[in-house]
Amino acid sequence: MTVRLPGGTDFVALLRSVGHDPFASVTAADSAPQITHGTTICAIRYADGVVMAGDRRATAGNMIAHRSMEKIYPADRHSGVAIAGAAGAAMEMVKLFQLQLEHYEKLEGVALSLEGKANTLAQMVRSNLPAAMQMGLVVVPLFAGYDIRRRRGRIYTYDVTGGRYEETDFQAEGSGGRDARTTIKLGWRDALPRAETVELAIQALYEAADEDSATGGPDPVRGIYPMVATITEEGFEELPEDQVAERFRALIERKQRAATGTLPTAPATPPSPPSAAPAKRTRAPRPEGGAPA
Amino acid sequence: MSMPFYVSPEQVMNDKAQYARKGIARGRSLCALVYEDGILLAAENPSEVLHKISEIYDRIAFAGVGKYSEFDALRRAGVQFADVRGYQYSREDVDARSLANAYAQMMAHTFTNDIKPLEVEILVVEVGVLPAEDQLFRITFDGVVLDEDHFSVIGGEADPISERLKESWREGLSLGDALRTARTALAGADRTIEANALEVAVLNRANGRRAFRRIDGAQLLEIVGA
Repeated sequence: MTVRLPGGTDFVALLRSVGHDPFASVTAADSAPQITHGTTICAIRYADGVVMAGDRRATAGNMIAHRSMEKIYPADRHSGVAIAGAAGAAMEMVKLFQLQLEHYEKLEGVALSLEGKANTLAQMVRSNLPAAMQMGLVVVPLFAGYDIRRRRGRIYTYDVTGGRYEETDFQAEGSGGRDARTTIKLGWRDALPRAETVELAIQALYEAADEDSATGGPDPVRGIYPMVATITEEGFEELPEDQVAERFRALIERKQRAATGTLPTAPATPPSPPSAAPAKRTRAPRPEGGAPA
Repeated sequence: MSMPFYVSPEQVMNDKAQYARKGIARGRSLCALVYEDGILLAAENPSEVLHKISEIYDRIAFAGVGKYSEFDALRRAGVQFADVRGYQYSREDVDARSLANAYAQMMAHTFTNDIKPLEVEILVVEVGVLPAEDQLFRITFDGVVLDEDHFSVIGGEADPISERLKESWREGLSLGDALRTARTALAGADRTIEANALEVAVLNRANGRRAFRRIDGAQLLEIVGA
Protein backbone atom coordinates (compact mmCIF):
# COMPACT_ATOMS: atom_id res chain seq x y z
CA MET A 1 0.00 0.00 0.00
CA THR A 2 1.45 3.37 -0.98
CA VAL A 3 -0.17 5.44 1.73
CA ARG A 4 2.61 7.50 3.25
CA LEU A 5 2.41 8.28 6.94
CA PRO A 6 5.24 10.49 8.16
CA GLY A 7 5.55 12.02 11.57
CA GLY A 8 2.15 11.37 13.17
CA THR A 9 0.26 14.60 13.68
CA ASP A 10 3.21 16.97 13.29
CA PHE A 11 2.30 19.29 10.44
CA VAL A 12 5.69 21.02 10.28
CA ALA A 13 7.45 17.63 10.03
CA LEU A 14 5.04 16.71 7.25
CA LEU A 15 5.91 19.95 5.42
CA ARG A 16 9.62 19.19 5.78
CA SER A 17 9.09 15.69 4.39
CA VAL A 18 7.61 17.19 1.22
CA GLY A 19 10.32 19.81 0.84
CA HIS A 20 9.04 22.90 2.67
CA ASP A 21 11.00 24.12 5.65
CA PRO A 22 9.07 26.96 7.24
CA PHE A 23 11.80 27.60 9.83
CA ALA A 24 14.73 27.36 7.44
CA SER A 25 17.65 29.17 8.97
CA VAL A 26 18.53 32.50 7.43
CA THR A 27 22.05 33.81 7.05
CA ALA A 28 23.01 37.16 8.51
CA ALA A 29 23.12 39.96 5.98
CA ASP A 30 25.76 42.71 6.11
CA SER A 31 23.12 45.26 6.85
CA ALA A 32 19.74 44.08 8.01
CA PRO A 33 16.89 45.49 5.93
CA GLN A 34 14.17 47.52 7.56
CA ILE A 35 11.84 44.89 8.90
CA THR A 36 8.16 45.53 9.38
CA HIS A 37 7.17 45.32 13.04
CA GLY A 38 3.85 44.96 14.76
CA THR A 39 3.36 46.50 18.15
CA THR A 40 0.89 46.52 21.04
CA ILE A 41 -1.23 43.52 21.95
CA CYS A 42 -2.92 42.52 25.19
CA ALA A 43 -5.03 39.79 26.74
CA ILE A 44 -7.22 40.11 29.82
CA ARG A 45 -8.95 37.34 31.71
CA TYR A 46 -12.54 38.05 32.76
CA ALA A 47 -15.64 36.28 34.04
CA ASP A 48 -16.47 34.31 30.85
CA GLY A 49 -13.03 33.87 29.32
CA VAL A 50 -10.47 36.19 27.78
CA VAL A 51 -10.53 39.51 25.93
CA MET A 52 -7.73 40.01 23.41
CA ALA A 53 -6.96 43.33 21.78
CA GLY A 54 -4.32 44.81 19.51
CA ASP A 55 -3.59 47.99 17.59
CA ARG A 56 -3.40 47.98 13.79
CA ARG A 57 -0.12 49.71 13.03
CA ALA A 58 2.96 48.09 11.52
CA THR A 59 6.19 50.07 11.42
CA ALA A 60 9.49 49.77 9.57
CA GLY A 61 11.98 51.89 11.44
CA ASN A 62 10.39 55.30 11.83
CA MET A 63 7.98 54.73 8.93
CA ILE A 64 4.43 53.51 9.23
CA ALA A 65 4.51 50.43 7.01
CA HIS A 66 0.88 49.44 7.27
CA ARG A 67 -2.17 51.02 8.90
CA SER A 68 -4.63 48.19 9.06
CA MET A 69 -2.60 45.15 10.02
CA GLU A 70 -4.45 42.55 12.06
CA LYS A 71 -2.59 41.22 15.06
CA ILE A 72 -5.26 39.09 16.71
CA TYR A 73 -6.08 35.79 15.04
CA PRO A 74 -8.28 32.90 16.03
CA ALA A 75 -5.94 29.91 16.53
CA ASP A 76 -8.91 27.54 16.56
CA ARG A 77 -12.44 27.62 17.93
CA HIS A 78 -11.45 28.16 21.56
CA SER A 79 -8.17 30.03 21.40
CA GLY A 80 -6.58 33.07 19.87
CA VAL A 81 -3.07 34.25 19.20
CA ALA A 82 -1.81 37.83 19.09
CA ILE A 83 1.51 38.82 17.58
CA ALA A 84 4.14 41.46 18.22
CA GLY A 85 7.52 41.69 16.56
CA ALA A 86 8.67 41.00 13.01
CA ALA A 87 5.40 40.96 11.06
CA GLY A 88 6.34 38.57 8.26
CA ALA A 89 7.78 35.89 10.52
CA ALA A 90 4.91 36.34 12.96
CA MET A 91 2.18 35.95 10.34
CA GLU A 92 3.84 32.83 8.97
CA MET A 93 4.05 31.44 12.50
CA VAL A 94 0.38 32.11 13.13
CA LYS A 95 -0.57 30.46 9.84
CA LEU A 96 1.48 27.38 10.71
CA PHE A 97 0.09 27.32 14.23
CA GLN A 98 -3.51 27.47 12.99
CA LEU A 99 -2.81 24.71 10.48
CA GLN A 100 -1.05 22.57 13.09
CA LEU A 101 -4.03 22.77 15.46
CA GLU A 102 -6.51 21.96 12.71
CA HIS A 103 -4.29 19.19 11.32
CA TYR A 104 -4.07 17.54 14.73
CA GLU A 105 -7.80 17.92 15.31
CA LYS A 106 -8.68 16.31 11.99
CA LEU A 107 -6.23 13.44 12.26
CA GLU A 108 -6.98 12.61 15.88
CA GLY A 109 -10.66 13.48 15.92
CA VAL A 110 -10.28 15.65 19.05
CA ALA A 111 -8.78 19.08 19.64
CA LEU A 112 -5.56 19.47 21.65
CA SER A 113 -5.91 20.61 25.25
CA LEU A 114 -5.25 24.34 25.81
CA GLU A 115 -1.96 23.43 27.49
CA GLY A 116 -1.04 21.31 24.47
CA LYS A 117 -1.75 24.20 22.14
CA ALA A 118 0.36 26.55 24.28
CA ASN A 119 3.26 24.07 24.19
CA THR A 120 2.97 23.65 20.41
CA LEU A 121 3.32 27.40 20.02
CA ALA A 122 6.34 27.40 22.37
CA GLN A 123 8.08 24.92 20.07
CA MET A 124 7.38 27.16 17.08
CA VAL A 125 8.81 30.22 18.86
CA ARG A 126 11.85 28.12 19.77
CA SER A 127 12.26 27.03 16.12
CA ASN A 128 12.33 30.69 15.16
CA LEU A 129 15.28 31.41 17.49
CA PRO A 130 18.01 31.23 14.76
CA ALA A 131 16.12 33.81 12.70
CA ALA A 132 15.66 35.93 15.82
CA MET A 133 19.37 35.79 16.68
CA GLN A 134 20.79 36.27 13.19
CA MET A 135 18.31 38.64 11.60
CA GLY A 136 16.51 40.14 14.53
CA LEU A 137 13.27 38.52 13.37
CA VAL A 138 11.96 38.34 16.90
CA VAL A 139 8.40 37.08 17.24
CA VAL A 140 6.70 37.31 20.60
CA PRO A 141 3.21 35.89 20.49
CA LEU A 142 0.59 36.10 23.16
CA PHE A 143 -1.63 33.06 23.38
CA ALA A 144 -4.99 32.96 25.15
CA GLY A 145 -7.93 30.67 25.17
CA TYR A 146 -10.85 29.18 26.98
CA ASP A 147 -9.91 25.96 28.76
CA ILE A 148 -12.93 23.71 28.24
CA ARG A 149 -11.81 21.25 30.90
CA ARG A 150 -11.09 23.85 33.60
CA ARG A 151 -13.87 26.19 32.43
CA ARG A 152 -11.84 29.41 32.57
CA GLY A 153 -9.82 31.73 30.39
CA ARG A 154 -6.03 31.25 30.39
CA ILE A 155 -3.22 33.43 29.05
CA TYR A 156 0.32 32.43 28.00
CA THR A 157 3.30 34.58 27.09
CA TYR A 158 6.57 33.56 25.45
CA ASP A 159 10.13 34.73 25.31
CA VAL A 160 12.28 34.57 22.21
CA THR A 161 13.87 31.26 23.27
CA GLY A 162 10.52 29.52 23.42
CA GLY A 163 10.07 29.93 27.16
CA ARG A 164 6.38 29.65 27.97
CA TYR A 165 4.87 31.45 30.93
CA GLU A 166 1.31 31.27 32.10
CA GLU A 167 -0.05 34.62 33.27
CA THR A 168 -2.66 34.65 35.98
CA ASP A 169 -4.81 37.61 34.95
CA PHE A 170 -3.60 39.77 32.06
CA GLN A 171 -0.60 40.59 29.93
CA ALA A 172 0.43 43.04 27.22
CA GLU A 173 3.32 42.74 24.78
CA GLY A 174 5.04 44.85 22.16
CA SER A 175 6.58 48.29 22.22
CA GLY A 176 3.51 49.83 23.85
CA GLY A 177 3.02 46.82 26.12
CA ARG A 178 4.29 48.53 29.23
CA ASP A 179 1.79 51.38 29.05
CA ALA A 180 -1.02 49.02 28.20
CA ARG A 181 -0.08 46.75 31.09
CA THR A 182 -0.07 49.60 33.60
CA THR A 183 -3.49 50.76 32.42
CA ILE A 184 -4.92 47.27 32.75
CA LYS A 185 -3.31 46.80 36.16
CA LEU A 186 -5.09 49.89 37.49
CA GLY A 187 -8.53 48.80 36.29
CA TRP A 188 -8.41 45.04 36.65
CA ARG A 189 -10.25 43.02 39.23
CA ASP A 190 -11.27 39.39 39.38
CA ALA A 191 -14.29 38.23 37.34
CA LEU A 192 -14.86 41.53 35.54
CA PRO A 193 -17.95 41.49 33.31
CA ARG A 194 -17.46 41.50 29.54
CA ALA A 195 -18.34 45.13 28.82
CA GLU A 196 -15.95 46.48 31.47
CA THR A 197 -13.13 44.22 30.28
CA VAL A 198 -13.56 45.38 26.69
CA GLU A 199 -13.53 48.98 27.95
CA LEU A 200 -10.33 48.28 29.89
CA ALA A 201 -8.66 46.81 26.79
CA ILE A 202 -9.67 49.86 24.77
CA GLN A 203 -8.29 52.21 27.41
CA ALA A 204 -5.07 50.22 27.53
CA LEU A 205 -4.59 50.50 23.77
CA TYR A 206 -5.42 54.20 23.87
CA GLU A 207 -2.79 54.85 26.54
CA ALA A 208 -0.23 52.72 24.69
CA ALA A 209 -0.79 54.68 21.49
CA ASP A 210 -0.57 57.89 23.49
CA GLU A 211 2.91 57.07 24.78
CA ASP A 212 4.38 54.85 22.06
CA SER A 213 4.90 56.15 18.52
CA ALA A 214 4.90 52.64 17.04
CA THR A 215 1.43 51.89 18.39
CA GLY A 216 -1.48 53.07 16.30
CA GLY A 217 -4.42 54.77 17.98
CA PRO A 218 -7.95 55.02 16.61
CA ASP A 219 -7.94 56.41 13.07
CA PRO A 220 -11.37 58.02 12.47
CA VAL A 221 -10.19 59.57 9.18
CA ARG A 222 -9.67 56.17 7.55
CA GLY A 223 -12.12 54.36 9.81
CA ILE A 224 -9.45 52.02 11.19
CA TYR A 225 -9.82 50.99 14.83
CA PRO A 226 -7.91 48.56 17.03
CA MET A 227 -9.16 44.99 17.02
CA VAL A 228 -10.90 43.45 20.02
CA ALA A 229 -12.01 39.83 20.36
CA THR A 230 -13.47 37.66 23.10
CA ILE A 231 -12.84 33.96 23.64
CA THR A 232 -15.41 32.12 25.71
CA GLU A 233 -17.06 28.73 25.86
CA GLU A 234 -18.96 29.82 22.73
CA GLY A 235 -15.70 30.31 20.87
CA PHE A 236 -13.62 33.11 19.37
CA GLU A 237 -15.63 36.18 18.49
CA GLU A 238 -14.39 39.46 17.09
CA LEU A 239 -16.15 42.63 18.20
CA PRO A 240 -17.77 44.47 15.28
CA GLU A 241 -15.63 47.44 14.27
CA ASP A 242 -18.46 49.96 14.74
CA GLN A 243 -18.77 48.92 18.41
CA VAL A 244 -15.04 49.43 18.92
CA ALA A 245 -15.27 52.78 17.12
CA GLU A 246 -18.15 53.87 19.36
CA ARG A 247 -16.19 53.01 22.52
CA PHE A 248 -13.18 54.97 21.28
CA ARG A 249 -15.41 57.95 20.46
CA ALA A 250 -16.81 57.89 23.97
CA LEU A 251 -13.34 57.57 25.48
CA ILE A 252 -11.98 60.49 23.47
CA GLU A 253 -14.99 62.62 24.45
CA ARG A 254 -14.32 61.92 28.12
CA LYS A 255 -10.65 62.80 27.63
CA GLN A 256 -11.56 66.06 25.86
CA ARG A 257 -13.96 67.09 28.58
CA ALA A 258 -11.35 66.29 31.23
CA ALA A 259 -8.75 68.36 29.35
CA THR A 260 -10.99 71.44 29.00
CA GLY A 261 -11.98 71.30 32.64
CA THR A 262 -15.61 70.39 32.13
CA LEU A 263 -15.41 67.05 33.85
CA PRO A 264 -18.45 64.91 33.17
CA THR A 265 -18.50 64.03 36.86
CA ALA A 266 -18.18 67.70 38.02
CA PRO A 267 -20.45 68.57 40.94
CA ALA A 268 -23.72 70.28 40.04
CA THR A 269 -23.22 73.09 42.60
CA PRO A 270 -20.28 75.44 42.09
CA PRO A 271 -17.42 75.08 44.52
CA SER A 272 -17.64 77.23 47.64
CA PRO A 273 -15.83 80.58 47.62
CA PRO A 274 -12.33 80.50 49.12
CA SER A 275 -13.39 82.36 52.25
CA ALA A 276 -15.88 79.66 53.15
CA ALA A 277 -13.33 76.94 52.54
CA PRO A 278 -11.84 75.25 55.55
CA ALA A 279 -8.36 76.27 56.54
CA LYS A 280 -5.64 74.74 54.42
CA ARG A 281 -4.76 71.37 55.78
CA THR A 282 -1.47 69.64 55.59
CA ARG A 283 -2.63 66.42 57.17
CA ALA A 284 -5.79 64.44 57.43
CA PRO A 285 -8.09 65.41 60.27
CA ARG A 286 -8.34 63.00 63.15
CA PRO A 287 -11.67 61.41 63.72
CA GLU A 288 -13.67 63.35 66.28
CA GLY A 289 -13.05 62.16 69.78
CA GLY A 290 -10.29 59.96 68.57
CA ALA A 291 -7.18 59.47 70.56
CA PRO A 292 -4.32 61.74 69.58
CA ALA A 293 -1.75 60.13 67.43
CA MET B 1 16.03 -23.24 -12.93
CA SER B 2 12.44 -23.77 -11.94
CA MET B 3 9.62 -22.41 -14.02
CA PRO B 4 7.04 -20.41 -12.07
CA PHE B 5 3.44 -21.35 -12.70
CA TYR B 6 1.79 -19.23 -15.31
CA VAL B 7 -1.34 -17.44 -14.13
CA SER B 8 -3.11 -15.21 -16.61
CA PRO B 9 -3.34 -11.52 -15.59
CA GLU B 10 -7.08 -11.72 -16.01
CA GLN B 11 -7.25 -14.51 -13.46
CA VAL B 12 -5.07 -12.55 -11.02
CA MET B 13 -7.27 -9.45 -11.29
CA ASN B 14 -10.45 -11.44 -10.92
CA ASP B 15 -9.14 -13.15 -7.82
CA LYS B 16 -8.04 -9.88 -6.28
CA ALA B 17 -11.34 -8.20 -7.07
CA GLN B 18 -13.27 -11.08 -5.58
CA TYR B 19 -11.13 -10.95 -2.46
CA ALA B 20 -11.66 -7.20 -2.09
CA ARG B 21 -15.42 -7.45 -2.66
CA LYS B 22 -15.71 -10.13 0.00
CA GLY B 23 -13.88 -7.97 2.52
CA ILE B 24 -16.03 -4.94 1.74
CA ALA B 25 -19.26 -6.94 1.91
CA ARG B 26 -18.51 -7.93 5.52
CA GLY B 27 -19.11 -4.37 6.75
CA ARG B 28 -22.24 -2.24 6.83
CA SER B 29 -23.03 0.21 4.05
CA LEU B 30 -22.96 3.97 4.05
CA CYS B 31 -24.60 6.70 2.01
CA ALA B 32 -24.22 10.38 1.20
CA LEU B 33 -27.07 12.46 -0.13
CA VAL B 34 -27.66 16.04 -1.12
CA TYR B 35 -30.16 17.97 1.02
CA GLU B 36 -31.27 21.60 1.15
CA ASP B 37 -28.26 22.97 3.06
CA GLY B 38 -25.51 20.72 1.72
CA ILE B 39 -24.60 17.06 1.91
CA LEU B 40 -25.62 14.53 4.55
CA LEU B 41 -23.55 11.44 5.25
CA ALA B 42 -25.04 8.54 7.20
CA ALA B 43 -23.57 5.18 8.14
CA GLU B 44 -24.60 2.23 10.19
CA ASN B 45 -21.86 2.16 12.79
CA PRO B 46 -22.30 0.86 16.34
CA SER B 47 -18.97 2.38 17.45
CA GLU B 48 -18.95 5.96 18.68
CA VAL B 49 -15.19 6.41 18.43
CA LEU B 50 -14.14 4.52 15.31
CA HIS B 51 -15.59 6.83 12.72
CA LYS B 52 -16.41 5.94 9.15
CA ILE B 53 -17.17 9.56 8.28
CA SER B 54 -14.70 12.38 8.84
CA GLU B 55 -13.61 15.85 7.88
CA ILE B 56 -10.83 16.28 5.34
CA TYR B 57 -10.88 20.01 4.66
CA ASP B 58 -13.08 23.10 4.84
CA ARG B 59 -15.73 21.82 2.43
CA ILE B 60 -14.63 18.22 1.94
CA ALA B 61 -15.63 15.10 3.83
CA PHE B 62 -14.46 11.51 3.61
CA ALA B 63 -16.32 8.28 4.24
CA GLY B 64 -15.06 4.73 4.01
CA VAL B 65 -16.37 1.20 4.37
CA GLY B 66 -14.53 -2.09 4.62
CA LYS B 67 -11.40 -2.66 6.63
CA TYR B 68 -11.07 0.11 9.23
CA SER B 69 -7.27 0.25 9.35
CA GLU B 70 -7.08 0.65 5.59
CA PHE B 71 -9.66 3.38 5.10
CA ASP B 72 -8.37 5.21 8.15
CA ALA B 73 -4.88 5.28 6.62
CA LEU B 74 -6.45 6.66 3.44
CA ARG B 75 -8.30 9.29 5.47
CA ARG B 76 -5.07 10.42 7.16
CA ALA B 77 -3.29 10.58 3.82
CA GLY B 78 -6.17 12.71 2.52
CA VAL B 79 -5.93 15.18 5.42
CA GLN B 80 -2.17 15.45 4.81
CA PHE B 81 -2.66 15.93 1.08
CA ALA B 82 -5.26 18.65 1.63
CA ASP B 83 -3.44 20.50 4.43
CA VAL B 84 -0.15 20.63 2.52
CA ARG B 85 -1.86 21.83 -0.64
CA GLY B 86 -3.79 24.50 1.26
CA TYR B 87 -0.57 25.70 2.92
CA GLN B 88 1.36 25.69 -0.33
CA TYR B 89 -1.24 27.52 -2.43
CA SER B 90 -4.49 28.69 -0.85
CA ARG B 91 -7.43 27.15 0.94
CA GLU B 92 -9.55 27.68 -2.18
CA ASP B 93 -7.23 25.48 -4.21
CA VAL B 94 -8.09 22.35 -2.26
CA ASP B 95 -10.90 20.51 -4.04
CA ALA B 96 -12.53 17.11 -3.97
CA ARG B 97 -11.71 16.37 -7.60
CA SER B 98 -7.94 16.49 -7.15
CA LEU B 99 -8.20 14.57 -3.90
CA ALA B 100 -10.36 11.90 -5.55
CA ASN B 101 -7.77 11.62 -8.33
CA ALA B 102 -4.97 11.21 -5.82
CA TYR B 103 -6.95 8.49 -4.05
CA ALA B 104 -7.69 6.77 -7.35
CA GLN B 105 -3.98 6.72 -8.22
CA MET B 106 -3.09 5.34 -4.81
CA MET B 107 -5.76 2.66 -4.82
CA ALA B 108 -5.19 1.60 -8.43
CA HIS B 109 -1.48 1.31 -7.75
CA THR B 110 -2.10 -0.88 -4.73
CA PHE B 111 -4.59 -3.02 -6.62
CA THR B 112 -2.19 -3.67 -9.48
CA ASN B 113 1.11 -3.96 -7.63
CA ASP B 114 0.48 -5.33 -4.17
CA ILE B 115 -0.41 -8.89 -3.37
CA LYS B 116 -3.37 -7.89 -1.27
CA PRO B 117 -5.81 -5.31 -2.67
CA LEU B 118 -7.42 -2.74 -0.38
CA GLU B 119 -10.67 -4.04 1.08
CA VAL B 120 -12.24 -0.61 1.09
CA GLU B 121 -14.54 1.63 -0.84
CA ILE B 122 -14.51 5.36 -0.18
CA LEU B 123 -16.50 8.52 -0.80
CA VAL B 124 -15.03 11.99 -1.20
CA VAL B 125 -17.72 14.67 -1.14
CA GLU B 126 -17.49 18.43 -1.43
CA VAL B 127 -20.17 20.98 -0.69
CA GLY B 128 -20.12 23.87 -3.14
CA VAL B 129 -20.90 27.53 -2.57
CA LEU B 130 -24.02 26.89 -4.65
CA PRO B 131 -26.02 23.63 -4.57
CA ALA B 132 -25.17 23.04 -8.23
CA GLU B 133 -21.49 22.81 -7.28
CA ASP B 134 -21.88 19.91 -4.84
CA GLN B 135 -19.72 16.95 -5.77
CA LEU B 136 -19.86 13.29 -4.84
CA PHE B 137 -17.01 10.98 -5.84
CA ARG B 138 -17.11 7.28 -5.18
CA ILE B 139 -13.83 5.42 -5.44
CA THR B 140 -13.75 1.65 -5.54
CA PHE B 141 -11.04 -0.73 -4.28
CA ASP B 142 -9.40 -0.89 -7.75
CA GLY B 143 -9.16 2.88 -8.11
CA VAL B 144 -12.16 3.48 -10.34
CA VAL B 145 -13.61 6.96 -9.75
CA LEU B 146 -17.32 7.53 -10.22
CA ASP B 147 -18.74 11.05 -10.24
CA GLU B 148 -22.27 10.74 -8.88
CA ASP B 149 -25.30 13.02 -8.65
CA HIS B 150 -27.72 13.57 -5.75
CA PHE B 151 -26.64 10.55 -3.70
CA SER B 152 -23.97 7.90 -3.50
CA VAL B 153 -23.79 4.58 -1.68
CA ILE B 154 -20.79 2.42 -0.79
CA GLY B 155 -20.50 -0.97 0.88
CA GLY B 156 -21.65 -4.53 0.31
CA GLU B 157 -25.32 -3.57 0.12
CA ALA B 158 -24.74 -0.61 -2.17
CA ASP B 159 -26.97 -1.73 -5.05
CA PRO B 160 -30.22 -2.36 -3.16
CA ILE B 161 -29.69 0.81 -1.08
CA SER B 162 -29.11 2.83 -4.26
CA GLU B 163 -32.35 1.44 -5.66
CA ARG B 164 -34.23 2.53 -2.54
CA LEU B 165 -32.67 6.00 -2.63
CA LYS B 166 -33.56 6.34 -6.29
CA GLU B 167 -37.19 5.95 -5.20
CA SER B 168 -37.10 8.15 -2.11
CA TRP B 169 -34.59 10.95 -2.81
CA ARG B 170 -35.93 14.25 -4.05
CA GLU B 171 -34.68 17.80 -4.47
CA GLY B 172 -34.56 20.12 -1.43
CA LEU B 173 -34.95 17.60 1.40
CA SER B 174 -34.80 19.13 4.88
CA LEU B 175 -32.15 17.78 7.26
CA GLY B 176 -34.74 15.68 9.12
CA ASP B 177 -36.25 14.29 5.94
CA ALA B 178 -32.83 13.55 4.46
CA LEU B 179 -31.80 11.72 7.61
CA ARG B 180 -35.00 9.67 7.71
CA THR B 181 -34.61 8.88 4.01
CA ALA B 182 -31.03 7.72 4.56
CA ARG B 183 -31.96 5.66 7.61
CA THR B 184 -34.81 3.89 5.84
CA ALA B 185 -32.73 3.26 2.74
CA LEU B 186 -29.83 1.84 4.75
CA ALA B 187 -32.11 -0.44 6.77
CA GLY B 188 -34.34 -1.80 4.03
CA ALA B 189 -37.96 -2.86 4.43
CA ASP B 190 -37.64 -5.58 7.04
CA ARG B 191 -35.69 -3.86 9.84
CA THR B 192 -34.93 -0.47 11.43
CA ILE B 193 -31.60 0.94 12.57
CA GLU B 194 -31.44 2.21 16.14
CA ALA B 195 -30.49 5.89 16.43
CA ASN B 196 -27.44 5.01 18.53
CA ALA B 197 -26.18 2.73 15.75
CA LEU B 198 -26.17 5.60 13.26
CA GLU B 199 -23.16 7.74 12.52
CA VAL B 200 -24.23 10.99 10.92
CA ALA B 201 -22.41 14.10 9.74
CA VAL B 202 -23.18 16.99 7.41
CA LEU B 203 -21.33 19.39 5.20
CA ASN B 204 -23.52 22.43 5.66
CA ARG B 205 -23.01 25.46 3.40
CA ALA B 206 -24.10 27.74 6.27
CA ASN B 207 -21.45 26.52 8.74
CA GLY B 208 -18.79 29.00 7.72
CA ARG B 209 -15.26 28.04 6.72
CA ARG B 210 -15.37 24.51 8.14
CA ALA B 211 -18.60 23.06 6.82
CA PHE B 212 -18.28 19.67 8.51
CA ARG B 213 -20.34 18.91 11.64
CA ARG B 214 -21.12 15.64 13.32
CA ILE B 215 -24.71 15.09 14.39
CA ASP B 216 -24.78 12.80 17.38
CA GLY B 217 -26.15 12.26 20.87
CA ALA B 218 -29.14 14.33 21.84
CA GLN B 219 -29.16 16.26 18.58
CA LEU B 220 -29.45 13.07 16.54
CA LEU B 221 -32.23 11.69 18.76
CA GLU B 222 -34.09 14.96 18.42
CA ILE B 223 -33.96 14.77 14.64
CA VAL B 224 -34.75 11.10 14.03
CA GLY B 225 -36.49 9.98 17.20
CA ALA B 226 -35.29 6.87 19.02
